[in-house]
Amino acid sequence: MRGLRGLKPREIIRNWKERNKSRIREWKLMYEAFKRSPLAVIGAILSVSFIILGIIGPYITPYDPCAINFETMIQEKLQPPSLQHLFGTDEFGRDMFSRVLAGARTSLQVAIAVMVIAVPLGLILGLVAGYYGGVIDEIIMRITDIFLAFPGLVLAIAFSVVLGAGIESAMIAISLVWWPGYVRVVRGQTLSVKENLYIEAAKAIGVSTRKIMLRHILPNIITPIIVLATLDFGSVILVAAALSFIGLGAQPPIPEWGRLVADGRKYFPQRWWYTFFPGVAIFFSVLGWNLLGDGLRDVLDPRYRRKLEFEKEIKV
Amino acid sequence: MAELKYYLVRRMITFIPTVLGVLVLVFIISHMIPADPARLWAGGEKAKPEVVEAIRKKYHLDEPYHIQFMLYLNDLLKGDWGKSPVTKRSVFEDIANYFPATLELALVSSILLLIMGIPLGIVSALKRDTIIDHIVRIVALIGVSMPVFWLAIMLQWVFYYTLNILPATGRGVAPQVSYTGLYLLDSILCGDFNAFTANLSHIILPAFTLSFIGIGVIARITRGAILDVLSADFVEFSIAKGLTKLQLYKHILKNALIPVITVFGLQFGALLSGAVITETVFSWPGIGSYTVKAINSLDFPAIMGSTLIIALIYIITNLIVDIFYAVIDPRIRF
Repeated sequence: MRGLRGLKPREIIRNWKERNKSRIREWKLMYEAFKRSPLAVIGAILSVSFIILGIIGPYITPYDPCAINFETMIQEKLQPPSLQHLFGTDEFGRDMFSRVLAGARTSLQVAIAVMVIAVPLGLILGLVAGYYGGVIDEIIMRITDIFLAFPGLVLAIAFSVVLGAGIESAMIAISLVWWPGYVRVVRGQTLSVKENLYIEAAKAIGVSTRKIMLRHILPNIITPIIVLATLDFGSVILVAAALSFIGLGAQPPIPEWGRLVADGRKYFPQRWWYTFFPGVAIFFSVLGWNLLGDGLRDVLDPRYRRKLEFEKEIKV
Repeated sequence: MAELKYYLVRRMITFIPTVLGVLVLVFIISHMIPADPARLWAGGEKAKPEVVEAIRKKYHLDEPYHIQFMLYLNDLLKGDWGKSPVTKRSVFEDIANYFPATLELALVSSILLLIMGIPLGIVSALKRDTIIDHIVRIVALIGVSMPVFWLAIMLQWVFYYTLNILPATGRGVAPQVSYTGLYLLDSILCGDFNAFTANLSHIILPAFTLSFIGIGVIARITRGAILDVLSADFVEFSIAKGLTKLQLYKHILKNALIPVITVFGLQFGALLSGAVITETVFSWPGIGSYTVKAINSLDFPAIMGSTLIIALIYIITNLIVDIFYAVIDPRIRF
C-alpha cells in the first residue's frame, strides 16, 4: 500500500515524529507529570465525567426529569431513596436521580457560556492594555478596578436582577463579573513578555501588531490563563448554583442543582435526599475542576518538566 | 514615619475614584431597569400620559444622565437611598438596621478564618510533604469546592436536627442596651453573661460556614509564604548570628504575614458574597437576608442599596488591609 507522496504510512508517521521530536518529548513529559499527581488524575476523571454527563445526561435519565405524572403523583411524591429511585423523589413524584443528572447540562451550559464570553473579552482587553500602555491601559484598568471593587456574587446578583431571572441572564451576569480578573492577569503577563528581544525583532521586521499579540505574546502567556480558566470553570458552577439558590438564574421546570437544594429545604430534614444529592453533585463537579486546575499548574510548568527530565536522565 | 503619611495620602487618592466608579456602576445598573421606569411605576402600558409625565418630573427622569447622576449622589449623601416600594420604608434606615448583624458575622468569621487558617498553614509548612500537609491541601480544595448554602444546611442537619446542641436560625437575644449593635460585644458591655452565651451559640454555625470556604486558602498561602521566607538569606544569617528560636520565629512570621494579609483582603470579598447566602440559610438578620428578601419581591431600591453598601464595606476593608500592610512592611511605602 502506497500513501501520500509515494510513502508508506509507517514512513509518514516516522517523518512526522522526526519533525516534531521536541514537541512529542514535551507531551510525554506533561503526561508523566500528570500521571505523578493522583489528585490531578481524579480531577480529570471528575471533570470529564461532568462534561459527558452535561452532554448526554438528559438522554440517559431513567425517568423524564421535568414531566409530572399526575396519576401517580400522590403515591410517588417525596419517596426516600430506593432501587427504583436512587435519589428518592420530589414533591411532584419526579425521580431526583433523573433531575440531578439532567441538572449537569444546566451547569455546563452556564460555565461554557461564561468561558466563551468572559475569557476572550478579558484576554483581548488585557493584551491591549498591556501592549499599548498609556491612556488606553489607564482607561481599561480603571474600569477593571471598579468591577473588581465588588464582591463577585453580589455584583452578579445586581446584574441578574436587572436582566430578569432566567438562565441566559445568569450567563450574561456572571460573564460581566468574570472578565476583569482575566484582564488583570493577562495585562501583567503581557507587560513582562513584551520586553523580550524576540518581540522587538518581530517589530523590526514589520510583523503586524495583531500578529505580534496573537502569535508571539499570547502563546507565551497562555499557561497561567489555562490554569485560571480551569479553576474558574468550577467557580462559575458555584456562583451559578448560588444565584439559582436565591431564586435567580435557571427557572423551573429546568432542573438546576442550586434550585433543587433550595426547593428541598421546605421538606428538610425529613426528606433529606431532596437537598442532599443535588449539593453532592455540585460539590463533586466543582472539586473536579479545582483538582484538575491545581494539577495543571504543575503539568504546564516548564520548570517542573525540566526537573522530571533531569530525574529521568539520572535514572538512565 | 514621614513616608507612611505620604503613602496614606497616595492611597486615599486612589480610594476616592474607586468609590466614585462604584457609584457610577451602581447608578448605571439601577438605570438599566426597566426600559421606561416612569411608565412602569405609573401602571404600565395603560398609564395616563400626564401621570407618566408627573412621575418623570418628580424623579428627574427627564434630565440628562449626568445631571441625574449628580442628583443621585446628592440624595445618597443626604442619606436618601430611596424608598422601598414594597415595605414603604427608607432603604437607608433598613440597611442601618441590618448592617450590625452582617458586620458582627463578618468579624467573627474573619477571626475564625485567621486563627484556624494561619496555624494550619504554619504546621503544613513545617511538616512539608507529610500527611498533615496533604490533609491541609485537601481541606483547602474541599473548602473552595463547597457550595456554601449546602454546607450551611448540612451543618444545621448535624448540629441542630441530629445532635441538637446548637441553634439553627436567628441571632439570639438582643442585649438590654445597644451600644454598638454587635450583640456579642453589647452583651459583654451590659455584663449579661446569659445573653452572651446565647448569642455565641447562635453565631457559631453561620460564622464557621462562612470561614470554612477560606480557611484552606489562607492555610495554603501561609504555607507558601513561610516556605519562601525560610529559604531567604536573612534566615540563615539570623541562625548564624545565634538568634534564639523564638526571635527567629518572630522574624519569619512577620515576613510571611505580608502575602497572607493581601489574600485575606481579597478573601474578604468571598466572605461578603458568602454572607448573602449564609445569612439566608441561617435567617441571620443582616444585609444578606435583606437582599435576598428584596430579590424575591423585586424591590430594586433595596437591592441597589445593599449592593452599594457591600461594595463600600469591601473597598474600605481593602483600604484598611493596605494601610496595615504599609505599617508592617516599610518597603511598600515607597
